Amino acid sequence: MKRIVLWLMSTVTVLVLVFGYHTSTSSTATAAGGRSSLAGPLTGGTGAVPGSAAAPTSGSGSGPSAAGSSPSAGSAAAASPTAGTSATSGTVTGDVAQTRWGPVQVQLTVTSGKITDVAVVQYPNGNGRDQEINSQALPILIQETVQAQNAQIDMVSGATVTSDGYLQSLQSALDRAGL
Amino acid sequence: MTHPEAVSDQPRPPGRYVQHVMGMPISLALRGRHTDDAAALAAWTDVMDVLRAVDRVFSTYRADSYISRLGRGEIGLEDCPPEVAEVFALGAAAEHDSGGAFSIRLPGPDGRLVLDPSGVVKGWAVERAAASLRGLAETDFCLSAGGDMTCRTLDPGALPWRIGVEDPADPRRILAVVPVFTGAVATSGTAHRGGHLVDARTGEAPAGVASVTVVAGSLTSADVDATAAFAHGPGAARWLETRPARSGLVVWEDGTTTTVAPVLPAR
Repeated sequence: MKRIVLWLMSTVTVLVLVFGYHTSTSSTATAAGGRSSLAGPLTGGTGAVPGSAAAPTSGSGSGPSAAGSSPSAGSAAAASPTAGTSATSGTVTGDVAQTRWGPVQVQLTVTSGKITDVAVVQYPNGNGRDQEINSQALPILIQETVQAQNAQIDMVSGATVTSDGYLQSLQSALDRAGL
Repeated sequence: MTHPEAVSDQPRPPGRYVQHVMGMPISLALRGRHTDDAAALAAWTDVMDVLRAVDRVFSTYRADSYISRLGRGEIGLEDCPPEVAEVFALGAAAEHDSGGAFSIRLPGPDGRLVLDPSGVVKGWAVERAAASLRGLAETDFCLSAGGDMTCRTLDPGALPWRIGVEDPADPRRILAVVPVFTGAVATSGTAHRGGHLVDARTGEAPAGVASVTVVAGSLTSADVDATAAFAHGPGAARWLETRPARSGLVVWEDGTTTTVAPVLPAR
Protein backbone atom coordinates (compact mmCIF):
# COMPACT_ATOMS: atom_id res chain seq x y z
CA MET A 1 0.00 0.00 0.00
CA LYS A 2 2.89 2.32 0.78
CA ARG A 3 4.29 1.78 -2.66
CA ILE A 4 1.01 2.83 -4.15
CA VAL A 5 1.09 6.08 -2.27
CA LEU A 6 4.62 6.68 -3.47
CA TRP A 7 3.53 5.89 -6.96
CA LEU A 8 0.67 8.32 -6.74
CA MET A 9 2.86 11.03 -5.33
CA SER A 10 5.51 10.51 -7.97
CA THR A 11 2.83 10.62 -10.62
CA VAL A 12 1.64 13.85 -9.15
CA THR A 13 5.17 15.20 -9.19
CA VAL A 14 5.61 14.26 -12.82
CA LEU A 15 2.31 15.81 -13.66
CA VAL A 16 3.32 19.00 -11.95
CA LEU A 17 6.50 19.07 -13.97
CA VAL A 18 4.68 18.33 -17.16
CA PHE A 19 1.89 20.73 -16.51
CA GLY A 20 3.81 23.57 -14.95
CA TYR A 21 2.28 25.94 -17.40
CA HIS A 22 -0.29 28.65 -17.34
CA THR A 23 -3.77 27.25 -17.25
CA SER A 24 -6.23 30.03 -17.56
CA THR A 25 -9.11 29.75 -15.16
CA SER A 26 -11.29 30.53 -18.12
CA SER A 27 -10.38 27.19 -19.59
CA THR A 28 -13.90 25.93 -19.49
CA ALA A 29 -12.98 22.84 -21.44
CA THR A 30 -10.75 21.57 -18.68
CA ALA A 31 -13.05 22.68 -15.93
CA ALA A 32 -16.13 21.19 -17.46
CA GLY A 33 -14.38 17.99 -18.41
CA GLY A 34 -12.90 17.44 -15.02
CA ARG A 35 -16.06 18.30 -13.27
CA SER A 36 -18.33 16.07 -15.25
CA SER A 37 -16.02 13.20 -14.58
CA LEU A 38 -16.08 14.08 -10.92
CA ALA A 39 -19.83 14.25 -10.82
CA GLY A 40 -20.68 11.15 -12.75
CA PRO A 41 -19.94 7.62 -11.66
CA LEU A 42 -17.31 5.86 -13.66
CA THR A 43 -18.81 3.56 -16.19
CA GLY A 44 -17.07 0.52 -17.53
CA GLY A 45 -13.43 0.15 -18.29
CA THR A 46 -13.53 1.39 -21.82
CA GLY A 47 -12.25 4.84 -21.09
CA ALA A 48 -15.79 6.06 -21.34
CA VAL A 49 -15.35 8.45 -18.47
CA PRO A 50 -16.98 11.59 -19.83
CA GLY A 51 -14.44 14.21 -20.57
CA SER A 52 -11.69 12.82 -18.43
CA ALA A 53 -9.35 11.11 -20.81
CA ALA A 54 -10.06 13.73 -23.38
CA ALA A 55 -9.84 16.69 -21.07
CA PRO A 56 -6.23 17.74 -21.56
CA THR A 57 -6.39 17.78 -25.30
CA SER A 58 -9.94 17.93 -26.52
CA GLY A 59 -11.97 20.87 -25.38
CA SER A 60 -12.71 23.17 -28.23
CA GLY A 61 -11.27 21.07 -30.99
CA SER A 62 -9.14 23.97 -32.06
CA GLY A 63 -6.78 22.83 -29.38
CA PRO A 64 -3.34 22.09 -30.79
CA SER A 65 -3.17 25.07 -33.10
CA ALA A 66 -4.45 27.42 -30.48
CA ALA A 67 -1.85 26.11 -28.11
CA GLY A 68 0.88 26.92 -30.52
CA SER A 69 -0.18 30.48 -30.92
CA SER A 70 -1.42 31.38 -27.50
CA PRO A 71 -0.11 29.83 -24.30
CA SER A 72 -3.16 31.00 -22.41
CA ALA A 73 -5.54 29.03 -24.56
CA GLY A 74 -6.81 26.95 -21.74
CA SER A 75 -6.65 23.20 -21.70
CA ALA A 76 -5.23 22.92 -25.15
CA ALA A 77 -2.03 24.37 -23.77
CA ALA A 78 -1.37 21.03 -22.15
CA ALA A 79 0.26 20.04 -25.38
CA SER A 80 2.85 22.77 -25.03
CA PRO A 81 4.50 23.07 -21.65
CA THR A 82 5.24 26.76 -21.64
CA ALA A 83 6.82 26.53 -18.26
CA GLY A 84 8.17 30.04 -18.20
CA THR A 85 5.04 31.63 -16.86
CA SER A 86 5.10 31.70 -13.09
CA ALA A 87 1.49 32.43 -12.17
CA THR A 88 -0.18 29.06 -12.35
CA SER A 89 -3.75 28.46 -11.33
CA GLY A 90 -6.28 26.08 -12.66
CA THR A 91 -7.19 22.46 -13.05
CA VAL A 92 -5.11 19.94 -14.88
CA THR A 93 -6.12 16.45 -15.83
CA GLY A 94 -3.23 14.14 -16.52
CA ASP A 95 -2.95 11.42 -19.10
CA VAL A 96 -4.31 8.00 -18.32
CA ALA A 97 -1.54 5.94 -16.79
CA GLN A 98 -1.65 2.17 -17.08
CA THR A 99 -0.85 0.46 -13.82
CA ARG A 100 -0.99 -3.16 -12.91
CA TRP A 101 -4.27 -2.44 -11.22
CA GLY A 102 -5.71 -0.81 -14.31
CA PRO A 103 -5.91 2.68 -15.80
CA VAL A 104 -5.48 5.61 -13.45
CA GLN A 105 -5.86 9.28 -14.14
CA VAL A 106 -5.11 12.08 -11.76
CA GLN A 107 -6.46 15.60 -11.73
CA LEU A 108 -4.68 18.43 -9.98
CA THR A 109 -5.93 21.79 -8.94
CA VAL A 110 -3.13 24.33 -8.85
CA THR A 111 -3.49 27.68 -7.16
CA SER A 112 -0.66 30.19 -7.36
CA GLY A 113 1.76 27.47 -8.30
CA LYS A 114 0.81 25.20 -5.43
CA ILE A 115 -1.18 22.01 -5.57
CA THR A 116 -4.34 22.59 -3.62
CA ASP A 117 -6.26 19.52 -4.66
CA VAL A 118 -5.56 16.08 -6.02
CA ALA A 119 -8.35 14.00 -7.41
CA VAL A 120 -8.31 10.64 -9.10
CA VAL A 121 -10.76 10.92 -11.98
CA GLN A 122 -10.25 7.50 -13.44
CA TYR A 123 -9.76 4.46 -11.35
CA PRO A 124 -9.25 0.77 -11.97
CA ASN A 125 -12.45 -1.19 -12.05
CA GLY A 126 -13.03 -3.33 -9.06
CA ASN A 127 -15.79 -3.67 -6.57
CA GLY A 128 -18.41 -0.98 -6.25
CA ARG A 129 -16.48 0.84 -3.58
CA ASP A 130 -13.68 1.66 -5.95
CA GLN A 131 -15.94 3.86 -7.93
CA GLU A 132 -16.34 6.20 -5.02
CA ILE A 133 -12.89 7.54 -5.77
CA ASN A 134 -14.35 9.66 -8.53
CA SER A 135 -15.58 12.16 -6.02
CA GLN A 136 -12.42 12.23 -4.02
CA ALA A 137 -11.03 15.47 -2.76
CA LEU A 138 -8.14 16.06 -0.42
CA PRO A 139 -8.48 18.27 2.65
CA ILE A 140 -6.37 21.39 2.28
CA LEU A 141 -4.80 22.60 5.48
CA ILE A 142 -5.17 26.24 6.27
CA GLN A 143 -1.84 27.50 7.44
CA GLU A 144 -3.06 29.98 9.98
CA THR A 145 -6.39 28.96 11.40
CA VAL A 146 -8.94 31.42 10.20
CA GLN A 147 -12.47 32.38 10.98
CA ALA A 148 -14.95 30.54 8.81
CA GLN A 149 -16.25 33.75 7.37
CA ASN A 150 -12.84 34.48 5.90
CA ALA A 151 -12.33 31.06 4.45
CA GLN A 152 -15.37 31.13 2.18
CA ILE A 153 -16.87 27.86 3.25
CA ASP A 154 -20.36 26.53 2.68
CA MET A 155 -20.65 24.05 5.53
CA VAL A 156 -18.68 22.93 8.56
CA SER A 157 -17.69 19.34 9.27
CA GLY A 158 -16.91 18.56 12.87
CA ALA A 159 -17.59 16.27 15.76
CA THR A 160 -21.33 15.87 15.92
CA VAL A 161 -22.95 19.20 16.61
CA THR A 162 -25.93 18.85 18.89
CA SER A 163 -29.00 21.00 18.73
CA ASP A 164 -28.02 22.42 22.11
CA GLY A 165 -24.68 23.59 20.83
CA TYR A 166 -25.91 24.65 17.45
CA LEU A 167 -26.48 28.32 18.18
CA GLN A 168 -22.85 28.77 19.14
CA SER A 169 -21.58 26.84 16.14
CA LEU A 170 -19.92 28.03 12.98
CA GLN A 171 -22.54 26.19 10.98
CA SER A 172 -25.19 28.34 12.61
CA ALA A 173 -23.35 31.48 11.52
CA LEU A 174 -23.13 30.18 7.98
CA ASP A 175 -26.80 29.26 7.87
CA ARG A 176 -27.79 32.71 9.09
CA ALA A 177 -25.44 34.45 6.69
CA GLY A 178 -27.02 32.57 3.83
CA LEU A 179 -30.59 33.41 4.71
CA MET B 1 -35.60 20.93 -17.50
CA THR B 2 -34.93 22.67 -20.79
CA HIS B 3 -33.36 25.87 -19.53
CA PRO B 4 -29.80 25.12 -18.53
CA GLU B 5 -28.81 28.72 -19.18
CA ALA B 6 -31.16 29.86 -16.45
CA VAL B 7 -28.95 28.10 -13.93
CA SER B 8 -25.53 29.46 -14.65
CA ASP B 9 -26.34 32.90 -16.02
CA GLN B 10 -27.37 34.42 -12.75
CA PRO B 11 -25.49 33.05 -9.79
CA ARG B 12 -27.60 33.51 -6.69
CA PRO B 13 -26.72 32.93 -3.07
CA PRO B 14 -27.60 29.39 -2.08
CA GLY B 15 -30.97 28.72 -0.52
CA ARG B 16 -30.47 27.80 3.12
CA TYR B 17 -32.66 25.67 5.34
CA VAL B 18 -32.24 24.51 8.94
CA GLN B 19 -34.35 22.22 11.11
CA HIS B 20 -33.61 19.95 14.01
CA VAL B 21 -34.16 16.21 14.31
CA MET B 22 -32.41 13.41 16.21
CA GLY B 23 -31.03 16.07 18.54
CA MET B 24 -28.95 17.64 15.82
CA PRO B 25 -29.30 20.47 13.31
CA ILE B 26 -29.94 19.55 9.69
CA SER B 27 -28.61 22.21 7.31
CA LEU B 28 -29.34 22.32 3.62
CA ALA B 29 -27.82 24.57 0.98
CA LEU B 30 -29.33 24.59 -2.52
CA ARG B 31 -28.00 26.36 -5.57
CA GLY B 32 -29.14 26.34 -9.15
CA ARG B 33 -32.67 26.14 -10.48
CA HIS B 34 -34.66 25.22 -7.37
CA THR B 35 -33.43 27.13 -4.34
CA ASP B 36 -36.59 28.64 -2.83
CA ASP B 37 -39.54 27.61 -4.98
CA ALA B 38 -42.28 25.06 -4.30
CA ALA B 39 -40.15 22.18 -5.60
CA ALA B 40 -37.29 23.10 -3.26
CA LEU B 41 -39.61 23.38 -0.28
CA ALA B 42 -41.29 20.07 -1.10
CA ALA B 43 -37.90 18.32 -1.34
CA TRP B 44 -36.79 19.85 1.96
CA THR B 45 -40.02 18.68 3.59
CA ASP B 46 -39.35 15.18 2.25
CA VAL B 47 -35.80 15.25 3.65
CA MET B 48 -37.07 16.04 7.12
CA ASP B 49 -39.89 13.47 6.87
CA VAL B 50 -37.38 10.74 6.00
CA LEU B 51 -35.09 11.71 8.87
CA ARG B 52 -37.97 11.80 11.36
CA ALA B 53 -39.13 8.38 10.19
CA VAL B 54 -35.59 7.01 10.61
CA ASP B 55 -35.45 8.50 14.09
CA ARG B 56 -38.70 6.77 15.07
CA VAL B 57 -37.23 3.41 14.05
CA PHE B 58 -33.62 3.75 15.14
CA SER B 59 -33.43 6.18 18.05
CA THR B 60 -31.79 4.75 21.16
CA TYR B 61 -33.23 7.70 23.08
CA ARG B 62 -36.83 6.68 22.38
CA ALA B 63 -38.04 3.79 24.50
CA ASP B 64 -40.66 2.88 21.89
CA SER B 65 -38.34 2.75 18.86
CA TYR B 66 -37.84 -0.59 17.14
CA ILE B 67 -34.15 -0.47 18.08
CA SER B 68 -34.90 0.07 21.77
CA ARG B 69 -37.44 -2.76 21.80
CA LEU B 70 -35.02 -4.98 19.89
CA GLY B 71 -32.29 -4.13 22.37
CA ARG B 72 -34.56 -5.14 25.26
CA GLY B 73 -35.36 -8.40 23.51
CA GLU B 74 -39.06 -7.60 23.23
CA ILE B 75 -39.12 -8.13 19.48
CA GLY B 76 -36.97 -9.89 16.91
CA LEU B 77 -35.32 -8.61 13.75
CA GLU B 78 -38.15 -10.17 11.73
CA ASP B 79 -40.61 -7.88 13.50
CA CYS B 80 -38.73 -4.75 12.40
CA PRO B 81 -38.98 -2.79 9.14
CA PRO B 82 -36.54 -4.04 6.48
CA GLU B 83 -34.30 -0.99 6.96
CA VAL B 84 -33.21 -2.38 10.30
CA ALA B 85 -31.69 -5.45 8.66
CA GLU B 86 -30.09 -3.19 6.06
CA VAL B 87 -28.43 -1.09 8.75
CA PHE B 88 -27.31 -4.18 10.65
CA ALA B 89 -25.68 -5.50 7.49
CA LEU B 90 -23.81 -2.22 7.08
CA GLY B 91 -22.76 -2.43 10.72
CA ALA B 92 -21.51 -5.99 10.31
CA ALA B 93 -19.47 -5.01 7.24
CA ALA B 94 -17.99 -2.05 9.11
CA GLU B 95 -17.10 -4.23 12.08
CA HIS B 96 -15.31 -6.65 9.78
CA ASP B 97 -13.49 -3.92 7.84
CA SER B 98 -12.33 -2.19 11.00
CA GLY B 99 -10.98 -5.31 12.65
CA GLY B 100 -13.61 -4.98 15.35
CA ALA B 101 -12.81 -1.40 16.39
CA PHE B 102 -16.23 -0.38 15.09
CA SER B 103 -19.35 -2.20 16.15
CA ILE B 104 -23.04 -1.56 16.55
CA ARG B 105 -22.87 -3.58 19.77
CA LEU B 106 -20.86 -1.56 22.23
CA PRO B 107 -19.74 -2.55 25.71
CA GLY B 108 -21.90 -0.74 28.25
CA PRO B 109 -20.89 0.48 31.71
CA ASP B 110 -21.52 -2.97 33.16
CA GLY B 111 -19.55 -4.69 30.42
CA ARG B 112 -22.65 -6.04 28.69
CA LEU B 113 -23.00 -5.32 24.99
CA VAL B 114 -25.56 -2.64 24.19
CA LEU B 115 -27.18 -2.38 20.78
CA ASP B 116 -26.33 1.06 19.36
CA PRO B 117 -26.40 1.32 15.57
CA SER B 118 -26.19 5.14 15.60
CA GLY B 119 -22.65 4.96 14.17
CA VAL B 120 -24.14 3.57 10.98
CA VAL B 121 -27.58 5.15 10.98
CA LYS B 122 -26.66 8.79 10.60
CA GLY B 123 -24.73 8.66 7.34
CA TRP B 124 -27.08 6.08 5.90
CA ALA B 125 -30.13 8.14 6.84
CA VAL B 126 -28.78 11.34 5.33
CA GLU B 127 -27.98 9.59 2.04
CA ARG B 128 -31.50 8.16 2.10
CA ALA B 129 -33.00 11.56 2.81
CA ALA B 130 -30.96 13.15 0.03
CA ALA B 131 -32.85 11.04 -2.52
CA SER B 132 -35.59 13.65 -2.75
CA LEU B 133 -32.98 16.35 -3.38
CA ARG B 134 -31.55 14.28 -6.23
CA GLY B 135 -34.91 14.69 -7.92
CA LEU B 136 -34.46 18.45 -8.17
CA ALA B 137 -33.50 19.19 -11.76
CA GLU B 138 -30.44 21.36 -12.37
CA THR B 139 -29.97 21.90 -8.68
CA ASP B 140 -26.85 21.39 -6.60
CA PHE B 141 -27.16 20.57 -2.93
CA CYS B 142 -25.14 20.17 0.23
CA LEU B 143 -27.05 18.43 3.03
CA SER B 144 -25.46 18.35 6.47
CA ALA B 145 -26.59 16.52 9.59
CA GLY B 146 -24.72 17.77 12.63
CA GLY B 147 -21.42 18.21 10.81
CA ASP B 148 -21.52 15.32 8.33
CA MET B 149 -22.63 16.10 4.80
CA THR B 150 -23.33 14.79 1.32
CA CYS B 151 -23.03 17.07 -1.70
CA ARG B 152 -23.98 17.03 -5.34
CA THR B 153 -22.86 19.31 -8.16
CA LEU B 154 -24.50 19.17 -11.58
CA ASP B 155 -23.80 22.67 -12.84
CA PRO B 156 -20.58 22.41 -14.89
CA GLY B 157 -19.88 26.08 -14.20
CA ALA B 158 -20.20 25.81 -10.44
CA LEU B 159 -17.44 25.92 -7.88
CA PRO B 160 -17.06 22.98 -5.53
CA TRP B 161 -18.85 23.04 -2.21
CA ARG B 162 -16.26 24.18 0.29
CA ILE B 163 -16.42 22.15 3.48
CA GLY B 164 -14.56 23.58 6.44
CA VAL B 165 -13.03 21.11 8.87
CA GLU B 166 -13.50 22.28 12.42
CA ASP B 167 -10.53 22.61 14.76
CA PRO B 168 -11.26 20.10 17.54
CA ALA B 169 -9.35 22.28 19.98
CA ASP B 170 -11.41 25.36 19.10
CA PRO B 171 -14.71 24.71 17.32
CA ARG B 172 -14.96 28.37 16.35
CA ARG B 173 -12.09 27.88 13.94
CA ILE B 174 -11.45 25.69 10.96
CA LEU B 175 -8.27 23.79 10.22
CA ALA B 176 -8.77 22.76 6.63
CA VAL B 177 -11.07 23.04 3.67
CA VAL B 178 -12.29 20.16 1.52
CA PRO B 179 -13.51 21.18 -1.93
CA VAL B 180 -16.23 18.71 -2.91
CA PHE B 181 -18.22 18.69 -6.11
CA THR B 182 -20.04 15.44 -5.52
CA GLY B 183 -19.27 13.32 -2.50
CA ALA B 184 -19.46 13.21 1.26
CA VAL B 185 -17.49 14.45 4.26
CA ALA B 186 -17.82 13.13 7.81
CA THR B 187 -15.92 13.97 10.98
CA SER B 188 -15.73 11.96 14.18
CA GLY B 189 -14.41 13.45 17.37
CA THR B 190 -15.26 14.29 20.90
CA ALA B 191 -15.30 18.09 20.72
CA HIS B 192 -19.01 18.65 21.29
CA ARG B 193 -20.27 15.61 23.10
CA GLY B 194 -17.39 14.45 25.19
CA GLY B 195 -16.18 10.88 25.13
CA HIS B 196 -19.06 9.13 23.44
CA LEU B 197 -16.79 7.31 20.99
CA VAL B 198 -15.19 4.09 22.11
CA ASP B 199 -13.06 1.33 20.67
CA ALA B 200 -15.58 -1.50 20.49
CA ARG B 201 -12.83 -4.03 21.25
CA THR B 202 -12.10 -2.50 24.65
CA GLY B 203 -14.93 -0.13 25.48
CA GLU B 204 -12.30 2.51 26.18
CA ALA B 205 -12.08 5.96 24.61
CA PRO B 206 -9.38 5.99 21.91
CA ALA B 207 -6.15 7.76 22.84
CA GLY B 208 -4.09 10.31 21.00
CA VAL B 209 -6.59 11.35 18.38
CA ALA B 210 -8.78 14.46 18.52
CA SER B 211 -10.78 14.13 15.31
CA VAL B 212 -10.90 12.20 12.05
CA THR B 213 -12.41 13.61 8.87
CA VAL B 214 -13.14 11.25 5.99
CA VAL B 215 -14.05 12.10 2.39
CA ALA B 216 -15.80 9.39 0.38
CA GLY B 217 -18.35 8.94 -2.36
CA SER B 218 -21.26 8.41 -0.03
CA LEU B 219 -21.94 9.61 3.48
CA THR B 220 -22.78 6.05 4.50
CA SER B 221 -19.12 5.12 3.91
CA ALA B 222 -17.59 8.38 5.12
CA ASP B 223 -19.49 8.37 8.42
CA VAL B 224 -18.70 4.76 9.28
CA ASP B 225 -15.04 5.11 8.32
CA ALA B 226 -14.61 8.30 10.33
CA THR B 227 -15.96 6.55 13.41
CA ALA B 228 -13.92 3.40 12.76
CA ALA B 229 -10.70 5.35 12.14
CA PHE B 230 -11.23 7.37 15.32
CA ALA B 231 -11.74 4.15 17.26
CA HIS B 232 -8.26 3.07 16.17
CA GLY B 233 -6.78 5.89 18.24
CA PRO B 234 -3.06 6.22 17.52
CA GLY B 235 -3.56 3.96 14.49
CA ALA B 236 -6.29 6.16 12.97
CA ALA B 237 -4.31 7.46 10.01
CA ARG B 238 -2.64 4.12 9.39
CA TRP B 239 -6.00 2.38 9.22
CA LEU B 240 -7.55 5.05 7.01
CA GLU B 241 -4.64 4.66 4.58
CA THR B 242 -5.70 1.08 4.00
CA ARG B 243 -9.21 2.04 2.97
CA PRO B 244 -9.93 2.21 -0.74
CA ALA B 245 -11.38 5.36 -2.21
CA ARG B 246 -11.10 7.47 0.91
CA SER B 247 -9.13 10.54 1.78
CA GLY B 248 -9.10 12.37 5.04
CA LEU B 249 -7.54 14.39 7.79
CA VAL B 250 -6.54 13.14 11.22
CA VAL B 251 -6.06 15.75 13.94
CA TRP B 252 -4.04 14.45 16.87
CA GLU B 253 -4.43 15.45 20.47
CA ASP B 254 -1.29 17.56 20.34
CA GLY B 255 -2.69 19.60 17.45
CA THR B 256 -0.58 18.04 14.71
CA THR B 257 -2.32 16.65 11.65
CA THR B 258 -1.95 13.86 9.13
CA THR B 259 -3.52 14.15 5.69
CA VAL B 260 -4.50 10.84 4.13
CA ALA B 261 -4.50 10.75 0.34
CA PRO B 262 -6.70 8.32 -1.55
CA VAL B 263 -5.00 5.06 -2.37
CA LEU B 264 -5.60 2.27 -4.80
CA PRO B 265 -7.20 -0.83 -3.38
CA ALA B 266 -5.14 -3.97 -3.10
CA ARG B 267 -6.60 -6.77 -5.13
